[in-house]
Amino acid sequence: MTLLDIRAPALGQALRPNIWDAVALVVVIGAMVLIVYGGEQTTLPLSALDVAPVSLDPANLPFYALRTTMRMLLAIVCSIVFTFIYAALAAKSRRAEMVLIPLLDILQSVPILGFLTFTVVFFLNLFPGRVFGAELACVFAIFTSQAWNMTFSMYQSIRNVPKDLEEASLSFHLSGWQRFWRLDVPFAMPGLIWNTMMSMSGGWFFVVASEAITVGNTTVTLPGIGSYVDLAIQKQNLPAIGYAILTMLLVIIAYDQLLFRPVVAWADKFRFEQTASATVPTSWMLDLFRRTRALRAVIVPFAAIKKAISNLHIVIPAALRMPAGGGEPSRLVDALWLAFVLAVTGYCGWRAYAYLSATLGPSDILSALGYGLITLLRVIVLIALATLIWVPIGVWIGLRPKLAERIQPLAQFLAAFPANLAFPVFVLVIVRYGLDPNVWLSPLMILGTQWYILFNVIAGASAFPTDLREAAGSFHLRGWRWWIKVILPGIFPYYVTGAITASGGSWNASIVAEVASWGDTHLTATGLGAYIAIATQAGDFPRVVLGIAIMCILVTLFNRLLWRPLYAFGERRLRLG
Amino acid sequence: MLDQVKQATLLDIRGVCRSFPKGSGEDLLVLENVDLTIRAGEIVGLLGRSGSGKSTLLRIIAGLIAPSSGDAKCRGETIKGPPNGVSMVFQSFALFPWLTVLQNVELGLEALGIEATERRTRALAAIDLIGLDGFESAYPKELSGGMRQRVGFARALVVHPDLLLMDEPFSALDVLTAETLRTDLIDLWIEGRLPIRSVLMVTHNIEEAVLMCDRILVFSSNPGRVAAEIKVDLPHPRNRLDPTFRQLVDSIYARMTQRAEARTPTIEGILGTGVGMVLRHVSSNVLSGLIETLAAPPYDGHADLPVLAGSLQLEADEIFHFAESLQLLRFAQVSEGDLMLTDAGLRFAHLATDARKKLFAEHLINYVPVMGLIRRVLDERPSHTAPAARFRNELEDYMAEDQADETLKTIVSWARYAELFAYDEQSEQFSLENPH
Repeated sequence: MTLLDIRAPALGQALRPNIWDAVALVVVIGAMVLIVYGGEQTTLPLSALDVAPVSLDPANLPFYALRTTMRMLLAIVCSIVFTFIYAALAAKSRRAEMVLIPLLDILQSVPILGFLTFTVVFFLNLFPGRVFGAELACVFAIFTSQAWNMTFSMYQSIRNVPKDLEEASLSFHLSGWQRFWRLDVPFAMPGLIWNTMMSMSGGWFFVVASEAITVGNTTVTLPGIGSYVDLAIQKQNLPAIGYAILTMLLVIIAYDQLLFRPVVAWADKFRFEQTASATVPTSWMLDLFRRTRALRAVIVPFAAIKKAISNLHIVIPAALRMPAGGGEPSRLVDALWLAFVLAVTGYCGWRAYAYLSATLGPSDILSALGYGLITLLRVIVLIALATLIWVPIGVWIGLRPKLAERIQPLAQFLAAFPANLAFPVFVLVIVRYGLDPNVWLSPLMILGTQWYILFNVIAGASAFPTDLREAAGSFHLRGWRWWIKVILPGIFPYYVTGAITASGGSWNASIVAEVASWGDTHLTATGLGAYIAIATQAGDFPRVVLGIAIMCILVTLFNRLLWRPLYAFGERRLRLG
Repeated sequence: MLDQVKQATLLDIRGVCRSFPKGSGEDLLVLENVDLTIRAGEIVGLLGRSGSGKSTLLRIIAGLIAPSSGDAKCRGETIKGPPNGVSMVFQSFALFPWLTVLQNVELGLEALGIEATERRTRALAAIDLIGLDGFESAYPKELSGGMRQRVGFARALVVHPDLLLMDEPFSALDVLTAETLRTDLIDLWIEGRLPIRSVLMVTHNIEEAVLMCDRILVFSSNPGRVAAEIKVDLPHPRNRLDPTFRQLVDSIYARMTQRAEARTPTIEGILGTGVGMVLRHVSSNVLSGLIETLAAPPYDGHADLPVLAGSLQLEADEIFHFAESLQLLRFAQVSEGDLMLTDAGLRFAHLATDARKKLFAEHLINYVPVMGLIRRVLDERPSHTAPAARFRNELEDYMAEDQADETLKTIVSWARYAELFAYDEQSEQFSLENPH
């Protein structure tokens, strides 16, 4: 979840609310209804899948890990393709931008596991009775957890390509296609890679959650670590859960060392800086690649293909090209486009209303909203608690460079680790000691996402300028005064970034955290997450749509009314340097 | 015969105008009725203040923006998009940081679809010519500014353009580096080793124009048009200390400031009138410093602008800009390349801080209409506060958004110094209360 698009408004220009957000919200919910509606219309029964049953034998774990990783990689490839197309379209066409960007913003706040409910039905209907549909549904769920922030980042970058480079590529006669590959893509690369990395980290959670899922009377179990854990929970097999956690640890370490570190080190050359920076990211894997002739040979064909693609002479029809110097846009086409968008919105709104009002009354909306507020309360309390715990610890670590260097990768690693693998351990404790699930299931929501707060605070404290620290020391600022006047404002922008990610993640996690089981014991905490999860298991689509819509609105409002103003404030007033 | 003339004329600009949309209402005219012809074998300079539209003209010629009206022809063809046979050197170098020197130089050839071996040969030749040997595999961020601009030149030359456009190519470099690069370039030009036929350069540096150009077009601002055309017949290499050189520089300085009296009530260099005056930000520290310098010996209230610019190490553009702010506030008077303190200016120089602020405030109210307006509004309102947006809207009736931005910034900064009124950045409100 990135909020890079927030800039402090210029002098005398206040932030204005945007009607396009409402349009996007209606379109997203309408589209969900249409998917479900289409799924229900097909008369095919959702037949059981012909899947080889998952076994708890640890010897199978490497194979399951491989399957899980493959799903992740497939999803990331889809996300990258999607990003390139969607971001380029949004950045290059003003009319597309009007719709695509608010849409993306709403999609960002739709709970990812909510998507799963619809897409499982949709894809299973697409490929009746075959595993392929379920695989696609799973990949799609991971895709929805990864694509949006990557797309945002790329869109931002393309919009902010330095004007002189743009002019240079124009005046040297680069075609639009060449320009995209030679200028836009390289410029967007560092941001895109960082966001891809964050997406991958977040993705592990969802791959685990979406491998084993029950929608109505259809249960899908795809071979993978998630299904393995699911089975272990049913069989109440604690050692098996330990094995799964261990496997996941190894997979994430391998992925970090073999894939992402090399990519980050390689992408360092795309950083748009005119001076060489002091610390350059390094990777032993990349060094190995660069020094080994045999391995380098592997890359040559890819480089050739890339070059061939970027030099293709694809001529964009003159009609679609932007006029040089930005001539007057046609009012008529604008009006037609606007009418079209409004018509689609109206249609989506009407379908959603028709679908939901057939089975649900106002009392359902009120009760869902009530559940939503309970979950909101949980999120707020948890973020507050995580802040109280991790901010002082993060500051303490961040101000000690040696220690920070060692802890930082650990915090990032913990953020990537799918916390849902560890849920059974907590559930076991709750069951054994008969604790109240309404209180004690809540911490699971923030189990995986609290680390974002920690590592952002560490980063902020590490980046805090030494001269300011020395100045504070020489003026004898200590205790509370030091915290309030010196370090808290200093780390604020970093903290907000971390807290935004943590709160977004907590909303998502509520769907799996508010309902938990161990063998035959089922624990439920009252809240919107449980509401959605229970409706999903019952195959009650109207309630799923309602629950997701409510969550979507709450998350969006929460972001707009709390996080964005805080972020804008931090960027404007407290950004150092 | 006719054919020869046509060939010799590389560029033909007739009656070109360009306007940009303002925040509201009608458009802002930045270029008015410009004529320009460039023939083969000459270096032509476009000299003017920033905001005089010379960069806009260069971008019209480069095909990066379209003229609002008029006719722009390159090698006999109307310019629609970047014309063939024209390449450009940028003020900011505009190098691709992810490409090596060699790759940057090859880029233009690649776009033309020239095959790999020829591309390599030509790129290496250009790199060799411009003195970048040995740097082929370096990335731009590893190079110094001067070396980077050499890459910019090599990249522009490698496509063998007929016309080389240069947009203030030396202004981002330090004095020494810029001078070396200028002389290197002129040497190559007079030796006939550059694969180009003509050069058009934009600059605001008067000496640079006189040093390099065969012909200088002096632009006046608001709207930009050609105020004068000056032929420079001095043989290369030119000597900056040569009396004829100095005389030429002085006369151009004078020409660029002389129209101060001609155009009342507008103030030369300051766009717009009344509330719609576009204010460019100059710190009150700079203004007081300049007044003090002027009041003290050796100037004693009267300075020759080129001399003052030289001793303060300021670009001509900066010194004009400072001088005009002083003129706006009636602390000084600019004419014929000279800057003279007024009585108020002399008084200001000898006052203590608080009295200076008072005098500054008086002049702001009297001579900067928008300041008076804001103060009046604040006095009239019972709450003594007013949102900045109210004045921004009014400013945008007269000027473009970024100009309104800068004007507001200037208002805030000057008002703070003069303690006329306060501005709260959080609420974006002007108010009469100053924290005590």
